[in-house]
Amino acid sequence: MEGHSTYQPTNGAAKWLERRLPVIGLVHSSFVAYPTPRNLNYWWTFGAILSFVLVAQIITGIVLAMHYVPAGSMAFNSVEAIMRDVNFGWLLRYLHANGASLFFFAVYIHMFRGMYYGSYKEPREVLWILGVLILLLMIAAAFMGYVLPWGQMSFWAATVITNLFSAIPLVGTAITEWLWGGFSVDSATLNRFYALHYLLPFMIAGVVVLHVWALHVTGQNNPLGIDIKSKKDTVAFTPYATIKDMFATVVFLILLAWMVFYLPNYAGHPDNYIPADPLKTPAHIVPEWYFLPFYAILRAIPNKLAGVIALFSAIAVLFVLPWLDTSRVRSARFRPIYRQFFWIFVIVCIGLGYLGSQPAEGGYVIASRILTAYYFIHFLIILPVIGLIERPKPLPNSISESVLQGSGGGATATTTGSEG
Amino acid sequence: MANTDTADTAEPTRRDFLYIATGGVAAVGAALTVWPFIDQMNPDAAALALAQVEVDVSALEPGMSLTVKWRGKPVFVRNRTEKEIDESKAVPVSSLPDPVARNANLPASAEATDANRAADGREAWLIQIGICTHLGCVPLGQQGAYGGWFCPCHGSVYDTAGRIRQGPAPQNLHIPVYSFISESKLRIG
Repeated sequence: MEGHSTYQPTNGAAKWLERRLPVIGLVHSSFVAYPTPRNLNYWWTFGAILSFVLVAQIITGIVLAMHYVPAGSMAFNSVEAIMRDVNFGWLLRYLHANGASLFFFAVYIHMFRGMYYGSYKEPREVLWILGVLILLLMIAAAFMGYVLPWGQMSFWAATVITNLFSAIPLVGTAITEWLWGGFSVDSATLNRFYALHYLLPFMIAGVVVLHVWALHVTGQNNPLGIDIKSKKDTVAFTPYATIKDMFATVVFLILLAWMVFYLPNYAGHPDNYIPADPLKTPAHIVPEWYFLPFYAILRAIPNKLAGVIALFSAIAVLFVLPWLDTSRVRSARFRPIYRQFFWIFVIVCIGLGYLGSQPAEGGYVIASRILTAYYFIHFLIILPVIGLIERPKPLPNSISESVLQGSGGGATATTTGSEG
Repeated sequence: MANTDTADTAEPTRRDFLYIATGGVAAVGAALTVWPFIDQMNPDAAALALAQVEVDVSALEPGMSLTVKWRGKPVFVRNRTEKEIDESKAVPVSSLPDPVARNANLPASAEATDANRAADGREAWLIQIGICTHLGCVPLGQQGAYGGWFCPCHGSVYDTAGRIRQGPAPQNLHIPVYSFISESKLRIG
């Protein structure tokens, strides 16, 4: 990309360091001089928001770890002590719990943004795959974190999710007992989940570095989905993107503060304030909201192994998305048919989330089956077929031409309010 | 090299052998080193120590149940009513989703008849691990369409002999090793 090596150290110490380790130059070319498309909209600020939330989760997590006790007999009480006795413990725990919720909220928007604007397409396939890998690590981290308070929902979430592995033929039981470190979820399970919950965010941070690296090799996609053709198509990362990202992060923080101070338990379940009881399952167990669509897919299928396979496939299919979408046009602005199916897909995902929160009976199961089938049909049939039959609208000649004409749609000038 | 060593490359030399042997030893060593890091997660000696639980069941009248904790799992002990036994016996084994008894006291191939599910010689008594074979929730007793157990998590329905009849669970409720050591005392494990 252009923008590399524009940094010229001026003072002696910076020159000395730059000759030995060009780290200031790296930061300068990546986050100051880096050319960013001039037509980016606010949907592009979620990368910065997510980076901020990851750091915030690590910081609140580390201080919570100073007060939490990962033993079956003490975990629940140590969380209550954090809430009642530790100075500002209630604030730190609510920040961490609601931060996790909003982390998923932001990552789902970030992913839908990528799907709408075709950000996963050539040459950004690896960038997208790294993102899906981050999602997988986030799912593991969030699940293990949810187990730590050792309430009823924690315990039974741990039981149900680890039992997914018992569906594997022949070795399933051995793997499950290996995960548990016993014959049921118990203190040994809690202790190892705690160790892994501490590890995973740093693994996420590592993959985020690769994700940003890949992004800076290919350059950012943009709402028009066309390549940068000249310097006129870009603006410098600092101050333009920096300030815009910071503003969006502050708006996002208002949402987090509203959750933390006014609705701290809205995303949680009252049952998790009952200590874990291995002899009694709560009448209605549901995962956190961000897992509900996947939970609905699991329950939609009346066969244990097939249900587990469908659950994992729902995420695995995202890895091959770049090759399932056969259209060369990236942005849905120029894809009239895909744009409609994109919104149907969003509604199906929300619908699956709703069904995952309802009891597994009657009409809910039938609806779950229909939406689960649609979820896979979208990726495996609709996307490949639309790319072949759809006639895209003409693309503008360049980003700058489109921007200077005063409408996001460029030559076609027919963008609708429904985009993004 | 290519000109002078053709004969050597065609036929393995002592050096090739040493390379492969060294590499093989290194691979075995790496595998041996990794194993403790994997095996440490398996159930430890304390968890493996075969726990036995003895329960006094003399207070259980027909139609009553109790739950015992064994190896961290709930075990359902039920003294079944005549009606429950008759309902269970009336079901042909061929119509069951899981035709195997899942009874640790019997051979693995034993059919899921009511007699093979109930305690030996005490057909009213049903002792089973109270963990749904789907994803491990604890089913609720005397509920569901068959009057047996119903799992609230994902809707599996078991009959009065603890056999799966409906829903996503693949197997009948498992029956642990147990024995009646007297008229009133049951030993599990």
